[in-house]
Amino acid sequence: MRTRSLRPMWVALCLTTTCVPALAQDARTLQQHALAANCANCHGTGGRAVDGATVPGLAGMPAVYIIEQMKAFKAGGRPATVMHQLAKGFNDTQIETIAAYFAAQKK
Amino acid sequence: MTAMQRREWLLGAGALGLTALSGCASTAGGMVPARTRVLVVGGGYAGATAAKYVRLFSDQKVEVVLVEPNDAFVSCPISNLVIGGHKTIADITTRYDGLARNHGVRVVKDMVASIDPAKKVAVLASGPTIAYDKLILSPGIDLMFDSVAGLRAAQADGRILQAWKAGPETVALRRQLEAMPDGGTYAIAIPEAPYRCPPGPYERACQVASYFKAAKPRSKVLILDANADVTSKGPLFKKVWAEQYPGMVEYRGQHKAASVDARTSTVKFEVHDDVRADVLNVLPPMRAGAIAVQTGLANSNARWCNVNYLNFESTAAKDIHVLGDSIQVAPAMPKSGHMANGQGKVAAAAVVAELAGWEVNPAPMLTNTCYSFVDGKNVIHVASVHEYVAAEKTFKAVAGSGGVSAGPTEVEGNYAWNWARTIWADTLS
Repeated sequence: MRTRSLRPMWVALCLTTTCVPALAQDARTLQQHALAANCANCHGTGGRAVDGATVPGLAGMPAVYIIEQMKAFKAGGRPATVMHQLAKGFNDTQIETIAAYFAAQKK
Repeated sequence: MTAMQRREWLLGAGALGLTALSGCASTAGGMVPARTRVLVVGGGYAGATAAKYVRLFSDQKVEVVLVEPNDAFVSCPISNLVIGGHKTIADITTRYDGLARNHGVRVVKDMVASIDPAKKVAVLASGPTIAYDKLILSPGIDLMFDSVAGLRAAQADGRILQAWKAGPETVALRRQLEAMPDGGTYAIAIPEAPYRCPPGPYERACQVASYFKAAKPRSKVLILDANADVTSKGPLFKKVWAEQYPGMVEYRGQHKAASVDARTSTVKFEVHDDVRADVLNVLPPMRAGAIAVQTGLANSNARWCNVNYLNFESTAAKDIHVLGDSIQVAPAMPKSGHMANGQGKVAAAAVVAELAGWEVNPAPMLTNTCYSFVDGKNVIHVASVHEYVAAEKTFKAVAGSGGVSAGPTEVEGNYAWNWARTIWADTLS
């Protein structure tokens, strides 16, 4: 997660003695990016859809909205051709992680 | 990335010993300056994606060199539509220059002649040597022509085509179909699984049938399958053949091609009667690309490369990560372009983490969506989600996820074309 408030702390730690806490934080950023990259095949790299796309870009979409839609796909409230089948493969924590990533991306 | 973020990576990288690692990357051939270097061999769905995502995941701080012999990427997915006459080869071709322009990947037009896993260097066919810290090997498949007697010669003189590696043969097969008289027969022979793109042969049968239905309605499509039954989307394909192409498409299971006679355009089987066809399209068994076999990485049945699924590192060589159709797949993991793209991202993240001294993601995820065009517009799909299961050290399909279409629709046709344009951009732009 690109949590800006934690970044200066990480730099400070690296410049002093130990990097361990900040390191774990940045390994998590990488893991979040990699998890969200599962969506890029259809929704575009970084959630930015290609020109003339028939599926929505996810970049800059509010996290709450993404989470709601994914839960609706899973529960059957929102019909789909394929997303209802894919959404069922991700748990709530993963969906929240993915949503936070795309919400933080520029459109 | 902002300047602040870039500076942070540098500070972090220095503190973590990345600068020390870069000392490993001295170049015998002097092609690129010494830094932490990931060398990617093969620019298909897996390799090109991995090259781009190592750059993205490392905030452009890890050097990436991609060795690829072709100027442009020709997509295997959608290539059946070129055979059916609904798309052109230009529609499915994307140049490699986006990787350099947008991501700073160094694209070297060459082949890798040999790899020395102990010295961590690769020798290019043109002579120079490239040292690497991490090697990502994605050579695709080799077609085992010699396992069907007579096929290598028939293939070499262009009489019996495979068109399973999209490119000139895709266009050549289309020409053979155009030249075939109405009332003729097209036959496709399918090898035993696993092979590249499980639903691909059945989609191709639909594409040829859609062309025949419009232009040569007295013609036939014969599917000669070494497998006992249709290996992917079986009920959906069978319904399409029965309802959309009645009397035109015929499926024969357990037909394992043993030999071909190009002169009489005949395929012979281990058990069943010979089949003569006007256009014969024979797919031989497949295995990992030659460079993987030659490097000693094809340690599963001497055909596929076993990997540690957490980071896709070869079980036979340290710091060589094997991706795409070359690997021994996990259960229910298809050899597909979508899956290869996903593997490229999992491996890229693992490689960046390892180079930075971070823990590799203990729970990577993969998805797959495979669309098949049953004519020029209507499409069916199979989709799945795969999670790494630490206790079993493999990927498994997530229970309750995935599925197939109810039936072919134009809506899915639109999504399928959107999928193609998007994954080409995600892989190459």
